[in-house]
Amino acid sequence: MRGLTGRVRRWYGAHPLHLLALLAAFALAGYALSAVVAAGQWRGFAAWFLVAIVAHDLLLFPLYSLADLSLRRLLPGRPGRSEGARPSAPEPPWPPVLNYVRVPAAFSLLLLLVWFPLILGLSAGTYHRASGLTAAPYLGRWLAVTGLLFLASAAAYAVALRRAAARTRAQAAAVTAGRGR
Amino acid sequence: MLLAGAAAGLAAAGAARRARAPTRRAAAARRPATGQPDRARELPNTAAAPQNPAPGPRSAGAVLSRLLSYPPPGPFRPSTWRSPLRGLWLTSVLGLVLLGGLAVVAITGLLSYASYNPRLPGNDQTPGGQLLKFYLFSWPTDPAWLYRVNQGLHVTLGLALLPVVLTKLWSVLPKLFSWPPVRSPAQAVERLSLVMIVGGVLFEFATGIADIQNFYVFPFSFYTAHLYGAWVFIAGFVTHVILKFPHLRAGLRSRSLRRELRTPLSATRPETPDPAGLRAAAPAAPTISRRGLLAAVTGGSLTLAGLAAGQSIGGWTRRTALFAPRGLSAAQSGELPVNRTAATIGLTDADVGPAYRLVLVGSRQVSLTRDQVAALPQQSAVLPIACVEGWSVAARWSGVALTDLARLAGVNYPVGALVESIERKGSFRTADLSAAQVNDPRSMLALRVNGADLPRDHGYPARTVIPAAPGVHNTKWVNKITFTEQA
Repeated sequence: MRGLTGRVRRWYGAHPLHLLALLAAFALAGYALSAVVAAGQWRGFAAWFLVAIVAHDLLLFPLYSLADLSLRRLLPGRPGRSEGARPSAPEPPWPPVLNYVRVPAAFSLLLLLVWFPLILGLSAGTYHRASGLTAAPYLGRWLAVTGLLFLASAAAYAVALRRAAARTRAQAAAVTAGRGR
Repeated sequence: MLLAGAAAGLAAAGAARRARAPTRRAAAARRPATGQPDRARELPNTAAAPQNPAPGPRSAGAVLSRLLSYPPPGPFRPSTWRSPLRGLWLTSVLGLVLLGGLAVVAITGLLSYASYNPRLPGNDQTPGGQLLKFYLFSWPTDPAWLYRVNQGLHVTLGLALLPVVLTKLWSVLPKLFSWPPVRSPAQAVERLSLVMIVGGVLFEFATGIADIQNFYVFPFSFYTAHLYGAWVFIAGFVTHVILKFPHLRAGLRSRSLRRELRTPLSATRPETPDPAGLRAAAPAAPTISRRGLLAAVTGGSLTLAGLAAGQSIGGWTRRTALFAPRGLSAAQSGELPVNRTAATIGLTDADVGPAYRLVLVGSRQVSLTRDQVAALPQQSAVLPIACVEGWSVAARWSGVALTDLARLAGVNYPVGALVESIERKGSFRTADLSAAQVNDPRSMLALRVNGADLPRDHGYPARTVIPAAPGVHNTKWVNKITFTEQA
């Protein structure tokens, strides 16, 4: 028995139970899929499954990575420059602004990602027929929340700047005091 | 012909790579081995490869294995992935949150299906798949808030988990491009199984989020697709948890959460390399601390959930639900939130005018005008209506107990009822009620809500209100109820 397990391991690359667990999963998923086939809806179902993966892995992910990369390149005071890049450039006196832009932008885009059918009015008709309400206010609300997020972030950055300035002053004072002695 | 051409092309490419290979190996040898353990991964199989390949024809398999030895440029090169925050610990923390969170979302989803009492003849929106309905039970009517809480949790927690899902996928995305794409049959099968969990989670979130906004762009029935999509996801999810559990445990033990929460950006260092290869081979300097990333994800979750939860909690909190479909907008309208307006179903004045009759069918058939129904003994109860889309609202309904109506139709011990609407079409123009639902003393045919006649959008002349039933089983514009007598 152990010999058989070993042979399977060598050929398959993992314990036979690994294969059994995965086969059970495929059987369950296949059975669920068969119900979708019976309902005559498997084409759209399968297409949306694959499109969902492609849309995330090969569209959404590259887009937000690119946006983040651009932000890192464009904004001043990059925290922790990557090794080898301008090793002699002095640290700017202000704290890096990157995350104070990144975080509100991410929150805003997250809200848009979820609620874009209402924000952009794409489902305005069906929404009105279902609820008797209009989708018109959602764009304004999203812009307002986005504005507030950036405002709050700017306030947080102002606090961070003051703290950094106070630290710099304290360091300078300490240096002066050290020289005086 | 074509095949031969392709084979020749492969062979040529293999030859070109062979020609370059010695230089690469030399470069690898020059690199210091210490401190860059993952660099070696870029050149797998080099040790096994013959140093001086014998001249002459080579098998296609050898050419292929040569090709697979060198990753193509771009995301297939480990050096592309530089984030210093990726690593087994981070992935494990996110995985643990999803393990608990998605389990709750999945279970509330399956319970939501059970709440439709799909075993009753006309109720099942998703025929087939009998084996997956093993867990169904007669949905209770008590507590009355059961469906409200279940569905509020399902939708709000689902929204809250979206940032966690996206970050978790981000943390493992380099693995999608690992090279060679397949190392063993085991790995091939496991990678294929990821279609179930990754496709499943994205599919369920996409269809669910679209549905709560009435964004019906999908070419299938929401109920069928969201239910069976969930089963595909569950298959992938359970297997993934079983197979990855040892990694999860090792990952969680590899660092202390408490210490991470005290570590600022200046002290943030990459994780140690892990066998799963989640840590970057050559991490860049960090731009955000690990606690910063976790705080941002938590903040994203709270933002999404916080600006939606009010539509499920109701009261003054409804005004805080800026983006939820029955949140602030519904509160500002001053009306009770509604699903499907009278205009949408094409309700006419004639439908609800003096010609309106309520037909009760049992051992005899009775036909009543609205005034006659209003003259029957009335009762009143505060009950929620809760939609599958997650929103809900409690109101004081008053009307006639269903058991009283059953007796009028000559049925003293009803074991079920088929409620029909004036609606001419639509998937929920009828509802089959269970014995528990008909016999609950609070179940009623309501004529009034919050002290006034029902608005047309809320089912005037009469609607059923059933405690703990999903919203669409509180049939509006009711014109016929058929009671089933105990056999």
